Amino acid sequence: MEQLLSPQDARLVEGLRAGDEAAFAAVMREYGASMLRVAQMFVSSRAVAEEVVQEAWLGVLKGIGRFEGRSSLKTWLFRIVANTAKTRAVREARSIPFSALGDDSEGEAAVDPDRFLGAGERFPGHWAVPPESWAGAPEGRLLARETMDVIERAIDGLPPAQRAVITMRDVQGFTSEEVCNALDLTETNQRVLLHRARSKVRGALEEYMT
Amino acid sequence: MRLARELTCAQIVELVTAYLEGALEPDDRERFEEHLVFCDGCDRYLEQMRLTIDVTGRLEPGELPPALEERLLEAFRGWRSG
Repeated sequence: MEQLLSPQDARLVEGLRAGDEAAFAAVMREYGASMLRVAQMFVSSRAVAEEVVQEAWLGVLKGIGRFEGRSSLKTWLFRIVANTAKTRAVREARSIPFSALGDDSEGEAAVDPDRFLGAGERFPGHWAVPPESWAGAPEGRLLARETMDVIERAIDGLPPAQRAVITMRDVQGFTSEEVCNALDLTETNQRVLLHRARSKVRGALEEYMT
Repeated sequence: MRLARELTCAQIVELVTAYLEGALEPDDRERFEEHLVFCDGCDRYLEQMRLTIDVTGRLEPGELPPALEERLLEAFRGWRSG
Protein backbone atom coordinates (compact mmCIF):
# COMPACT_ATOMS: atom_id res chain seq x y z
CA MET A 1 0.00 0.00 0.00
CA GLU A 2 2.92 2.32 0.74
CA GLN A 3 3.44 2.94 -2.95
CA LEU A 4 0.21 4.94 -3.04
CA LEU A 5 1.82 7.64 -0.92
CA SER A 6 3.68 10.52 -2.49
CA PRO A 7 7.45 10.15 -2.12
CA GLN A 8 7.43 13.02 0.38
CA ASP A 9 4.69 11.40 2.50
CA ALA A 10 6.42 8.03 2.32
CA ARG A 11 9.64 9.59 3.63
CA LEU A 12 7.80 11.31 6.48
CA VAL A 13 5.94 8.16 7.49
CA GLU A 14 9.16 6.18 7.43
CA GLY A 15 10.91 8.89 9.47
CA LEU A 16 8.14 9.02 12.08
CA ARG A 17 8.15 5.25 12.42
CA ALA A 18 11.89 5.34 12.96
CA GLY A 19 11.53 8.02 15.63
CA ASP A 20 13.46 10.51 13.52
CA GLU A 21 13.18 14.00 15.04
CA ALA A 22 13.77 15.67 11.69
CA ALA A 23 10.59 13.98 10.42
CA PHE A 24 8.79 15.17 13.55
CA ALA A 25 9.96 18.74 12.93
CA ALA A 26 8.94 18.58 9.26
CA VAL A 27 5.43 17.41 10.11
CA MET A 28 5.02 20.11 12.76
CA ARG A 29 6.34 22.84 10.49
CA GLU A 30 3.93 21.86 7.76
CA TYR A 31 0.81 20.87 9.69
CA GLY A 32 1.19 21.79 13.37
CA ALA A 33 -0.61 25.13 13.36
CA SER A 34 -3.38 23.77 11.15
CA MET A 35 -3.92 20.83 13.47
CA LEU A 36 -4.60 23.31 16.25
CA ARG A 37 -7.01 25.26 14.03
CA VAL A 38 -8.92 22.11 13.20
CA ALA A 39 -9.16 21.22 16.89
CA GLN A 40 -10.51 24.69 17.61
CA MET A 41 -13.32 24.05 15.17
CA PHE A 42 -14.86 21.57 17.57
CA VAL A 43 -14.00 22.60 21.11
CA SER A 44 -14.71 25.82 22.87
CA SER A 45 -11.38 26.92 24.26
CA ARG A 46 -7.85 27.24 23.05
CA ALA A 47 -6.59 25.30 26.08
CA VAL A 48 -8.84 22.33 25.33
CA ALA A 49 -7.84 22.50 21.66
CA GLU A 50 -4.20 22.19 22.68
CA GLU A 51 -5.05 19.12 24.78
CA VAL A 52 -6.87 17.68 21.79
CA VAL A 53 -3.79 18.10 19.61
CA GLN A 54 -1.70 16.33 22.26
CA GLU A 55 -4.19 13.48 22.53
CA ALA A 56 -4.45 13.24 18.74
CA TRP A 57 -0.68 13.11 18.48
CA LEU A 58 -0.62 10.06 20.76
CA GLY A 59 -3.20 8.52 18.43
CA VAL A 60 -0.96 9.30 15.45
CA LEU A 61 1.98 7.58 17.11
CA LYS A 62 -0.17 4.61 18.02
CA GLY A 63 -1.49 4.29 14.49
CA ILE A 64 1.53 5.17 12.36
CA GLY A 65 2.76 1.59 12.31
CA ARG A 66 -0.49 0.43 10.76
CA PHE A 67 -0.96 3.44 8.45
CA GLU A 68 -1.33 1.97 4.98
CA GLY A 69 -1.46 5.07 2.87
CA ARG A 70 -4.99 4.65 1.58
CA SER A 71 -5.32 8.38 2.11
CA SER A 72 -2.56 10.99 2.07
CA LEU A 73 -0.64 11.52 5.29
CA LYS A 74 -2.25 14.92 5.84
CA THR A 75 -5.79 13.61 5.37
CA TRP A 76 -5.06 10.83 7.84
CA LEU A 77 -3.51 13.26 10.34
CA PHE A 78 -6.39 15.71 10.16
CA ARG A 79 -8.98 12.96 10.46
CA ILE A 80 -7.37 11.88 13.70
CA VAL A 81 -7.34 15.45 15.00
CA ALA A 82 -10.97 16.03 13.98
CA ASN A 83 -12.17 12.74 15.46
CA THR A 84 -10.27 13.31 18.68
CA ALA A 85 -11.74 16.81 18.92
CA LYS A 86 -15.27 15.57 18.24
CA THR A 87 -14.98 12.89 20.92
CA ARG A 88 -13.66 15.45 23.34
CA ALA A 89 -16.43 17.89 22.44
CA VAL A 90 -19.10 15.30 23.11
CA ARG A 91 -17.51 14.48 26.45
CA GLU A 92 -17.39 18.14 27.38
CA ALA A 93 -21.00 18.52 26.32
CA ARG A 94 -20.53 22.23 26.03
CA SER A 95 -19.32 21.85 22.54
CA ILE A 96 -20.43 23.33 19.33
CA PRO A 97 -22.92 20.75 18.03
CA PHE A 98 -21.26 19.22 15.02
CA SER A 99 -24.43 19.44 12.95
CA ALA A 100 -24.34 23.19 13.44
CA LEU A 101 -20.86 23.55 12.04
CA GLY A 102 -22.06 24.79 8.73
CA ASP A 103 -24.24 27.32 10.44
CA ASP A 104 -21.74 29.65 11.99
CA SER A 105 -21.98 31.57 8.77
CA GLU A 106 -25.71 31.53 8.07
CA GLY A 107 -27.11 34.78 6.85
CA GLU A 108 -23.76 36.46 6.37
CA ALA A 109 -23.43 38.39 3.15
CA ALA A 110 -20.17 38.20 1.20
CA VAL A 111 -20.40 41.95 0.62
CA ASP A 112 -22.14 44.62 2.71
CA PRO A 113 -25.72 44.79 1.32
CA ASP A 114 -25.50 48.60 1.37
CA ARG A 115 -23.14 48.42 -1.55
CA PHE A 116 -25.94 47.23 -3.83
CA LEU A 117 -28.91 49.22 -5.13
CA GLY A 118 -32.09 48.76 -3.09
CA ALA A 119 -35.46 47.38 -4.15
CA GLY A 120 -36.78 50.81 -5.07
CA GLU A 121 -34.03 51.50 -7.58
CA ARG A 122 -34.04 50.89 -11.29
CA PHE A 123 -31.51 48.03 -11.09
CA PRO A 124 -32.02 46.47 -7.67
CA GLY A 125 -29.20 44.18 -6.55
CA HIS A 126 -26.66 45.80 -8.85
CA TRP A 127 -23.58 47.58 -7.58
CA ALA A 128 -24.10 50.99 -6.05
CA VAL A 129 -20.51 51.04 -4.79
CA PRO A 130 -18.55 48.63 -7.01
CA PRO A 131 -15.13 47.39 -5.94
CA GLU A 132 -12.33 49.78 -6.79
CA SER A 133 -9.29 48.63 -8.66
CA TRP A 134 -6.30 47.56 -6.57
CA ALA A 135 -4.00 48.68 -9.34
CA GLY A 136 -3.72 52.13 -7.75
CA ALA A 137 -1.83 50.69 -4.77
CA PRO A 138 1.95 50.96 -4.88
CA GLU A 139 3.69 48.33 -6.99
CA GLY A 140 4.32 45.13 -5.07
CA ARG A 141 2.00 46.03 -2.23
CA LEU A 142 -0.16 42.93 -2.67
CA LEU A 143 2.75 40.67 -1.80
CA ALA A 144 4.33 42.87 0.86
CA ARG A 145 4.83 41.54 4.39
CA GLU A 146 2.25 43.99 5.70
CA THR A 147 -0.38 42.66 3.32
CA MET A 148 0.36 39.13 4.52
CA ASP A 149 -0.23 40.36 8.07
CA VAL A 150 -3.58 41.83 7.02
CA ILE A 151 -4.60 38.43 5.63
CA GLU A 152 -3.34 36.58 8.68
CA ARG A 153 -5.29 38.85 11.01
CA ALA A 154 -8.42 38.45 8.88
CA ILE A 155 -8.10 34.65 9.03
CA ASP A 156 -7.45 34.70 12.78
CA GLY A 157 -10.63 36.71 13.27
CA LEU A 158 -12.88 34.21 11.44
CA PRO A 159 -15.29 31.85 13.21
CA PRO A 160 -13.43 28.56 13.93
CA ALA A 161 -15.00 26.41 11.19
CA GLN A 162 -14.35 29.04 8.50
CA ARG A 163 -10.83 29.51 9.78
CA ALA A 164 -10.09 25.79 9.65
CA VAL A 165 -11.49 25.36 6.15
CA ILE A 166 -9.71 28.35 4.57
CA THR A 167 -6.47 27.29 6.28
CA MET A 168 -6.70 23.79 4.87
CA ARG A 169 -7.85 24.80 1.40
CA ASP A 170 -6.03 28.03 0.63
CA VAL A 171 -3.01 28.01 2.93
CA GLN A 172 -2.21 24.29 2.90
CA GLY A 173 -3.58 23.46 -0.50
CA PHE A 174 -5.93 20.59 0.40
CA THR A 175 -8.51 19.75 -2.27
CA SER A 176 -12.17 20.15 -1.33
CA GLU A 177 -12.46 16.37 -1.32
CA GLU A 178 -9.61 16.06 1.17
CA VAL A 179 -11.17 18.67 3.46
CA CYS A 180 -14.61 17.04 3.31
CA ASN A 181 -13.00 13.73 4.05
CA ALA A 182 -10.88 14.89 6.95
CA LEU A 183 -13.58 17.00 8.58
CA ASP A 184 -16.62 14.97 7.59
CA LEU A 185 -18.27 17.91 5.88
CA THR A 186 -20.60 17.77 2.89
CA GLU A 187 -19.35 19.43 -0.29
CA THR A 188 -21.94 22.16 0.14
CA ASN A 189 -21.05 22.84 3.76
CA GLN A 190 -17.40 23.00 2.95
CA ARG A 191 -18.05 25.42 0.10
CA VAL A 192 -20.23 27.71 2.19
CA LEU A 193 -17.57 27.90 4.91
CA LEU A 194 -14.84 28.53 2.36
CA HIS A 195 -16.92 31.17 0.62
CA ARG A 196 -17.64 33.09 3.81
CA ALA A 197 -14.00 32.92 4.79
CA ARG A 198 -12.64 34.03 1.42
CA SER A 199 -15.20 36.81 1.12
CA LYS A 200 -14.11 38.26 4.46
CA VAL A 201 -10.44 38.02 3.62
CA ARG A 202 -11.12 39.79 0.32
CA GLY A 203 -13.00 42.46 2.25
CA ALA A 204 -10.04 42.99 4.57
CA LEU A 205 -7.70 43.22 1.58
CA GLU A 206 -10.01 45.68 -0.16
CA GLU A 207 -9.94 47.93 2.86
CA TYR A 208 -6.17 47.80 2.87
CA MET A 209 -5.55 48.10 -0.87
CA THR A 210 -7.86 50.98 -1.74
CA MET B 1 -28.95 25.09 -8.13
CA ARG B 2 -31.41 26.77 -10.54
CA LEU B 3 -31.07 30.49 -10.88
CA ALA B 4 -33.23 33.17 -12.43
CA ARG B 5 -32.35 34.17 -15.98
CA GLU B 6 -30.76 37.45 -15.00
CA LEU B 7 -28.39 37.44 -12.11
CA THR B 8 -27.89 40.51 -9.96
CA CYS B 9 -24.48 41.58 -8.71
CA ALA B 10 -25.59 40.74 -5.17
CA GLN B 11 -26.19 37.15 -6.35
CA ILE B 12 -22.94 36.97 -8.30
CA VAL B 13 -20.80 37.74 -5.26
CA GLU B 14 -22.43 34.82 -3.43
CA LEU B 15 -21.75 32.43 -6.31
CA VAL B 16 -18.09 33.20 -6.86
CA THR B 17 -16.76 30.27 -4.84
CA ALA B 18 -19.21 27.82 -6.43
CA TYR B 19 -18.12 29.16 -9.81
CA LEU B 20 -14.42 28.82 -9.04
CA GLU B 21 -14.98 25.32 -7.63
CA GLY B 22 -16.79 24.24 -10.78
CA ALA B 23 -19.91 23.53 -8.74
CA LEU B 24 -22.42 25.50 -10.84
CA GLU B 25 -24.76 23.71 -13.24
CA PRO B 26 -23.78 24.36 -16.87
CA ASP B 27 -26.74 26.73 -17.41
CA ASP B 28 -25.93 28.69 -14.30
CA ARG B 29 -22.30 28.86 -15.20
CA GLU B 30 -23.31 30.38 -18.51
CA ARG B 31 -25.49 32.99 -16.80
CA PHE B 32 -22.71 33.80 -14.42
CA GLU B 33 -20.27 34.32 -17.26
CA GLU B 34 -22.80 36.33 -19.28
CA HIS B 35 -23.16 38.71 -16.37
CA LEU B 36 -19.41 39.24 -16.20
CA VAL B 37 -19.31 40.30 -19.84
CA PHE B 38 -21.28 43.46 -19.21
CA CYS B 39 -20.55 44.07 -15.52
CA ASP B 40 -17.14 45.56 -14.75
CA GLY B 41 -17.87 45.62 -11.01
CA CYS B 42 -18.40 41.85 -10.84
CA ASP B 43 -15.54 41.17 -13.23
CA ARG B 44 -13.27 43.08 -10.88
CA TYR B 45 -14.79 41.35 -7.86
CA LEU B 46 -14.02 37.92 -9.33
CA GLU B 47 -10.48 39.04 -10.12
CA GLN B 48 -10.04 40.23 -6.51
CA MET B 49 -11.27 36.90 -5.15
CA ARG B 50 -8.71 35.16 -7.35
CA LEU B 51 -5.97 37.48 -6.08
CA THR B 52 -7.10 36.89 -2.52
CA ILE B 53 -6.83 33.11 -2.96
CA ASP B 54 -3.45 33.49 -4.62
CA VAL B 55 -1.98 35.70 -1.90
CA THR B 56 -3.48 33.55 0.88
CA GLY B 57 -1.68 30.61 -0.71
CA ARG B 58 1.64 32.36 -0.10
CA LEU B 59 1.18 32.50 3.67
CA GLU B 60 3.42 30.34 5.80
CA PRO B 61 1.44 27.59 7.56
CA GLY B 62 2.23 29.15 10.96
CA GLU B 63 3.66 27.55 14.07
CA LEU B 64 2.40 25.70 17.08
CA PRO B 65 2.89 27.40 20.44
CA PRO B 66 6.43 26.31 21.43
CA ALA B 67 5.29 24.81 24.76
CA LEU B 68 2.78 22.58 22.95
CA GLU B 69 5.30 21.51 20.33
CA GLU B 70 7.70 20.66 23.14
CA ARG B 71 5.09 18.42 24.76
CA LEU B 72 4.47 16.67 21.44
CA LEU B 73 8.19 16.15 21.00
CA GLU B 74 8.44 14.66 24.49
CA ALA B 75 5.62 12.27 23.64
CA PHE B 76 7.43 11.39 20.42
CA ARG B 77 10.68 10.67 22.29
CA GLY B 78 8.84 8.64 24.92
CA TRP B 79 7.07 6.62 22.24
CA ARG B 80 10.32 5.93 20.41
CA SER B 81 12.05 4.63 23.49
CA GLY B 82 8.93 2.86 24.78
